[in-house]
Amino acid sequence: MTEPLKAPGAKKALARTPSALSPPMPRSRKAMEFTVFAARGEFRFQRCGECGTIVYPFREACSTCLSVDLAWEEVTAVGTLIAVTTIRSSPDGYFSNHLPWRSGTVRLDNGPSMMVHVHGDVTVDERVRLIARTDKAGNGVIMALPEQDTPNMMDDPQLRELTCSPKYRRVLITDGTSRIGQALAKALLAAGASMVMLGVPARVGPGKIDEELAARPEVRLVPLEVTDQTSVAEAATQIGAKVDILVNTAFHIRPGGALSRHNSITDRDEMDVHYFGLLNLIRAFGPILGSRGADEPRSATAWVGLLSAFALGNWSPLGGSSASFSAAHSTLQGLRSDLSGSGVKVITAFFGPTDDEWYDHLQPPKVGPDLIARKIVTALEQGVEQVAAGAIAEDILERWQENPELLPRELARG
Amino acid sequence: MSEPAKRSHGYDGVAICAPVSVPYVRYSNEATHWWIARAIRATLDECGLEPARIDGMCASSFTLGADSAVGLTQHLGLTLRWLDHIPMGGLSSVVALRRAARAVQAGDASIIVCVAGDTNGVNSFRHTAENFSRFSQDAAYPYGSGGPNACFGLLTDYYMRHFGIKREDFAHVCVAQRANALRYPDALFKKAMTVEEYMRSRMISDPICLLDCVMPCAGAEAFIVTTQEIARSFGKPFARLLASQEHHNAFPEDPIQFRAGWARDPKGFWETAGVTPDQVDLVQTYDDYPVISMMQIEDLGFCGKGESGAFLRERDLTVDGDFPHNTSGGQLSVGQAGAAGGYLGTVDALRQITGTATGRRVKDARIAVASGFGLINYDRGVCSGAVVLAGEGA
Repeated sequence: MTEPLKAPGAKKALARTPSALSPPMPRSRKAMEFTVFAARGEFRFQRCGECGTIVYPFREACSTCLSVDLAWEEVTAVGTLIAVTTIRSSPDGYFSNHLPWRSGTVRLDNGPSMMVHVHGDVTVDERVRLIARTDKAGNGVIMALPEQDTPNMMDDPQLRELTCSPKYRRVLITDGTSRIGQALAKALLAAGASMVMLGVPARVGPGKIDEELAARPEVRLVPLEVTDQTSVAEAATQIGAKVDILVNTAFHIRPGGALSRHNSITDRDEMDVHYFGLLNLIRAFGPILGSRGADEPRSATAWVGLLSAFALGNWSPLGGSSASFSAAHSTLQGLRSDLSGSGVKVITAFFGPTDDEWYDHLQPPKVGPDLIARKIVTALEQGVEQVAAGAIAEDILERWQENPELLPRELARG
Repeated sequence: MSEPAKRSHGYDGVAICAPVSVPYVRYSNEATHWWIARAIRATLDECGLEPARIDGMCASSFTLGADSAVGLTQHLGLTLRWLDHIPMGGLSSVVALRRAARAVQAGDASIIVCVAGDTNGVNSFRHTAENFSRFSQDAAYPYGSGGPNACFGLLTDYYMRHFGIKREDFAHVCVAQRANALRYPDALFKKAMTVEEYMRSRMISDPICLLDCVMPCAGAEAFIVTTQEIARSFGKPFARLLASQEHHNAFPEDPIQFRAGWARDPKGFWETAGVTPDQVDLVQTYDDYPVISMMQIEDLGFCGKGESGAFLRERDLTVDGDFPHNTSGGQLSVGQAGAAGGYLGTVDALRQITGTATGRRVKDARIAVASGFGLINYDRGVCSGAVVLAGEGA
């Protein structure tokens, strides 16, 4: 039975922050392809297009018929734990710091055996379901979970190494005055966050923060103007070491794009918030977040970037913001690389047109703040690095994954 | 399925001689080339040969860096007409022996030195474990980085539950090997071990305990394969090769390893050798973990599957016993010098049957089996094999 997580006390001022060592990093290119699926929370294996064999470990040719026609296919990942061990000694620094560690051999119902991480509630010869997630090196790995949910299952220490649960963690929402920011605050508190810091931007004057929310003891208001380097640096000095999860909700979305605008004033504003604002945040908060990836029992765990789904393919009616979100998307890819091995995941959350005044010229469907908040909390709890909120964002993300060149041409046709 | 195995030709006229071990040390700052040079020099000295007389070499090592056996020829100044590099870890000596024997028989070379050696620095083990193989890097090492201990923890767990083998059975194997090591001058472990000590040993990767694990160290081993005619000119005793086998990726369909290639055709192996298991005077198994030794004893046909616990319990496995096993103390008590670990058993078998294991010789030892097992490429040892060796008078 999983021991429920205990609320961590305040960190002692002189306590050492444990170094965030990375689990083993090198992987083959095929294993990195698996990582792409694992980062989405999908479980895919290579299946032979000629004879149908599911092969594992990842390889270049079918071990039944030597065909090189191996395609990634979503498979039902259930099986039996046929052997288990508890590793109590490891030459690797990361695992040395996390001993003891349970590993096991699972025989998949529809194919091969595989070595996996094993949840504490599973015993040998039991049925298991497998999940694919990225580990702290940013590599796709497999973990065996109990076939049915068990009490406090998510609190298993090995599973927590793969997830970014907000439970007992402290979250900074960079713009806490927006509807999305406040919906997120409520959802994160409901998911067990111990503190939510709401950024109050200078840009649009004092925002309207729900009084009931602001009055909650877990909520703090923090002056934070992402476009102002000094403001961001000051906030980082004040609260940087307390931020376990950073969610960037600072937006400036206006209709129009290259041809429909007469000058670049609005484009600059969009870039200022979505791109330069993000750079300010990364430079101020990135290093300290990255240094606290192993700061248990309450480690830094995730950087969440909210992006318009049109970051993936320019849609000219919103061409200016599409371009600025593309810059942000690219920057977050770089951040993921910079933070890989630190223990902090970069999560990109895509949303479609929202149900607020800046999209009132568009037809439904639109996505509300509550759904976006719910999707982000679920992504954190599950430790997936990419999520889409709402039907339009899901559709765009799927099309992009399928054919990124086709997407902008499809968008051009409406 | 592959074609039914055809009986191999015999190894008529082949001689194996001059087995040598370079005493192991826990850590060494010397490069692997230094260790291999010492082993080759020692085996040549045994026969009174100058290096120029060697015309073939077969080398095995994990720590030659960017070099292979090719680099060794120039580094050591050996001019050869036959060269092989056997990257098969624990199976190295078995494969080196059968390759070299055929080359000598065919006249492709006349004096072949078979050598394995590895150095061991403070970080060598981690480096080797991290970079062992593609499958290991993708699918084993990231799952706790237990290295071979974790893989064998899993298969030992399975073996114990499915074949009724107990930790007491492993203790019996380990304790007897330690007794043998006390009489082997170069063993790194020189303290007697009791069954109680084994049972109290701390867990490393359950159910593998500390005393189930070999200690990585530096060292080298070598012997010479030549014709019986040339061997006689050295004026030293030699051994003959009665039968050999090698298998790679046998039984890939098994969900976890509980047998290896030895189990494919034990009957044919013994028929080729012309002896039966009960005529064998000593058995050298590859003992990276005791469970693997027991697997070999079962799969080679000394007893049935799952019977090794009872079979060994009734026998004395020491040099003076009725089933002498791992007569030097094996890797568990001598140390594991990388690929030289794949030579240790064969080299001591050669000493035993050629009468050079002074003061610790198995009485009237003539027939020996040396078995090898190597390369945990992912979740199991991929290479397996064995040789039957006969001393003079056998």
